[in-house]
Amino acid sequence: MIILRLRSTKIGKIRFASHRDIAKVWERAFRRANIPLIYSEGFSPRPKIAYGLALPTGAESECEYLDVKVDDERIGISRILEIPEQLTELLPEGIKVTGMTEINSKAISLQQAVTACTWEMTIAQNKNCVDQWIANVLDSKELIVERTRKGKNVKDDIRPFIVGIEESEINEDGQVVLKAELRTQPRSLRPSEFMKSKLPNLTQIKLCRKKQFIETGDRRLDPLEVGQSLEANMELCSS
Amino acid sequence: MSSVWKTLEKHLINVEKPARYIGLEQGAQQPKHDESNVAWLLTYPDTYEVGFPNQGLQILYEIINESGNSEAERAYAPWVDLEQIMRDENIPLFSVDTHRPAFEFDVIAFNLSSELVYTNLINCIDLAGIPVRANQRGINDPLIGAGGHCTYNPEPLGKIVDFFVLGDGEEVVTEITNVIHKFKSISTSDGNRNSLLKELATIEGVYVPSLYKAEYNEIGNQYLTPKYEEVPKLVEKRTITDLEQWPYPKEQLVPITEVVHDRLNVEVFRGCTRGCRFCQAGMITRPVRERPGEQVRTMIQAGIERTGYDEVALTSLSTADYSGINDVVDQTIIDPANCGQVSISLPSLRVDAFTVGIAASIQNARRTGLTFAPEAGTWRLRQVINKLILEEDLYGAVESAFSQGWRRMKLYFLIGLPTETDEDTLGIARLAANCVAIGKKYTNTASVTVSVGGFVPKPFTPFQWFGQNTVEELNRKISLLKEEVRKTKGVKLKWHDPKATLIEGILSRGDRRLGDVLETVWEKGGTFQEWSEFFDLEIWKESISEHGLDHEWYAYRHRTKKETLPWDHLDAGLYKDFLWQEWRDALDQKGLEDCRWIPCYDCGACTGYGLEHVVASTSPPVGGSQGTWQNMQEGEYAPQLLEITSKKKVGVSK
Repeated sequence: MIILRLRSTKIGKIRFASHRDIAKVWERAFRRANIPLIYSEGFSPRPKIAYGLALPTGAESECEYLDVKVDDERIGISRILEIPEQLTELLPEGIKVTGMTEINSKAISLQQAVTACTWEMTIAQNKNCVDQWIANVLDSKELIVERTRKGKNVKDDIRPFIVGIEESEINEDGQVVLKAELRTQPRSLRPSEFMKSKLPNLTQIKLCRKKQFIETGDRRLDPLEVGQSLEANMELCSS
Repeated sequence: MSSVWKTLEKHLINVEKPARYIGLEQGAQQPKHDESNVAWLLTYPDTYEVGFPNQGLQILYEIINESGNSEAERAYAPWVDLEQIMRDENIPLFSVDTHRPAFEFDVIAFNLSSELVYTNLINCIDLAGIPVRANQRGINDPLIGAGGHCTYNPEPLGKIVDFFVLGDGEEVVTEITNVIHKFKSISTSDGNRNSLLKELATIEGVYVPSLYKAEYNEIGNQYLTPKYEEVPKLVEKRTITDLEQWPYPKEQLVPITEVVHDRLNVEVFRGCTRGCRFCQAGMITRPVRERPGEQVRTMIQAGIERTGYDEVALTSLSTADYSGINDVVDQTIIDPANCGQVSISLPSLRVDAFTVGIAASIQNARRTGLTFAPEAGTWRLRQVINKLILEEDLYGAVESAFSQGWRRMKLYFLIGLPTETDEDTLGIARLAANCVAIGKKYTNTASVTVSVGGFVPKPFTPFQWFGQNTVEELNRKISLLKEEVRKTKGVKLKWHDPKATLIEGILSRGDRRLGDVLETVWEKGGTFQEWSEFFDLEIWKESISEHGLDHEWYAYRHRTKKETLPWDHLDAGLYKDFLWQEWRDALDQKGLEDCRWIPCYDCGACTGYGLEHVVASTSPPVGGSQGTWQNMQEGEYAPQLLEITSKKKVGVSK
């Protein structure tokens, strides 16, 4: 058995498909590509695919990850190297496999390993308003948000989960774009919560996940760069 | 060519399940628009998840896009949240393939498989920005067409739809395209639309309601007369003779988001000769045309490879009747290419053909749901409806399934059938209790879900003259069952709302006057009537009386032999005399055997068209009584002459 970690995009119309929908799309793509996967035992066997952090429906991404267990006794190394291109061909428009690596079977799961994401948010408000908002957020010592968890109202200070916010920019459509890095551990700060963390709440036109990071010590790694059995030669295009 | 995508995408984040509106499915086509091409928008007037798997639309989608002079895209009814946004933001109904506005197409063609979607059809036309009344549309408006089983009584939509197609669409769709193509190239004036419709009406299988004048006699029967000489008095259905020539869909669409029946579908035959008297599909799709076993196997193989599905459904009106069923099931299961990961589901299982062999093969891969449809609770009533399955057949099938590891199954019944007594209704609970008892031999958790639907008499069936049960009567029967079912642990009861059954019944046998009613119901917001959260009987009753009509007259009245029926100008291939004789025989509890295995009794479907049943194998599949209530376990012979008496009593098999 070999575990492959794949990185892919989710751009354009396909962004409106849910995390669950996309999981099914992957399963079928592997079957169509005739890649022998390892199946779970039991009543209704399912291929062993572990998906990374869920992406909100409607958001785009340049960096989605999944780990998949492949039966390497039934597939040669040269076929394995063709997987990204082969899958891209079979996946819906907007999903492109941009990288692949082999990971150790003891590697921590994506859901637990990823510590932060950078997001690009296209905002409906004007630039002055957004810049003031950013300054206010960064100046705040704490940012209390209320949410319901397991039926109870919970108050959270989300300030520690905001790693940083870049200066806003104007895109070619004249809209304001804001980039922020938000933590995903110990809990994931969602961009929608972030935009509601200070008045006036920002209204999002578009959302895109740009990067996911795994922080170990002082190193910030792309999830493809993790793993003891990392084979650099197997990583394809790294951007 | 234009696209609504730029406007639409801004709003999709605010609607439920936005993936329904993005297209991008595997197999979806992006036709390059050519002005001279005939552009079809194939529309299912219900949600994407319900409409997407419709095989009829998918077959036409491929055929139209393969031909040189036409192109097809798909549309579905937007859910109520998106509809509101579309109305607020002036976004017209659009295709999911290229997000082209509906009004840019030449034809908007609807599939009609249930009466309760009629108001959705009106809503879709309105959302397209087109007048909903046929007589208010001009030469620049798309033609509105409709096909599907409901078109065997199209009259309630006669004022709204421009043309209906009866029967198989594979051939006729190209003939319609060619006529429209010819008219596209000549000058456009409003008079032209009428000439175009007149020419369409000369195509066999096409019915253009506006070319017929409707009149009513003193009891309210509708009479239609053609307004022009060249318009046929009787419109005959279309039948393709050989399914082998139509291996469609070749590239079944694979959705991105969840839909019903999300699996590979391979149609193994069309038509059914069991002759169940309540079943419209079995009557209007005759004769039986089986697909050769070899082609079924290639279609499964190619389909699995292409789609990545791990489930294949062998579809037809009664798949266990397919004469090549055992070979196909066995070979699909053992095919090494499927690595034991492909499961087979057989929708519409006849209990008398479900054998241990089939049960074992199916459960070899993954287990899928099992539904059997005995339809009626007693042998007496099953003779009336000509569902000639013995209690032994049912118990045999149930035993096969439980012994092979199934723990629960579903039994489907009709209530409100002609001559039904309370003994028949309670028989449903008795059958279910006996099935649970069989299951308990194998598993303590054995359970049976009983699903009951109110019977709606349909055109072109022997029961077309029958006045259906009232809402009150159906409710009484459901209460009776509820009480009885409570006595057995392991039996669950589900039922279809009798109020919806009433409206289905009105529309099923209604006439052209109901067009006004449909429009009023739609104006009052009565869309998505198939959805229990939106179905509203009061709107219907109000609208019916506002137009001076009587819902009881339409639904509850028994018709006489003399009456003209609103579909008498249409021909489904069946002789009206045959249907009437069947109606009389039903009342005498006389059954009629499956005509594939006995000499022809001439219902009209074959003889009238010079057709024959096409079977994949010359002997019936093994198992059960095959609708003859004789032992056919050998599977080697077909009994020739049977005498069916109404005296035969059947007990519980041991």
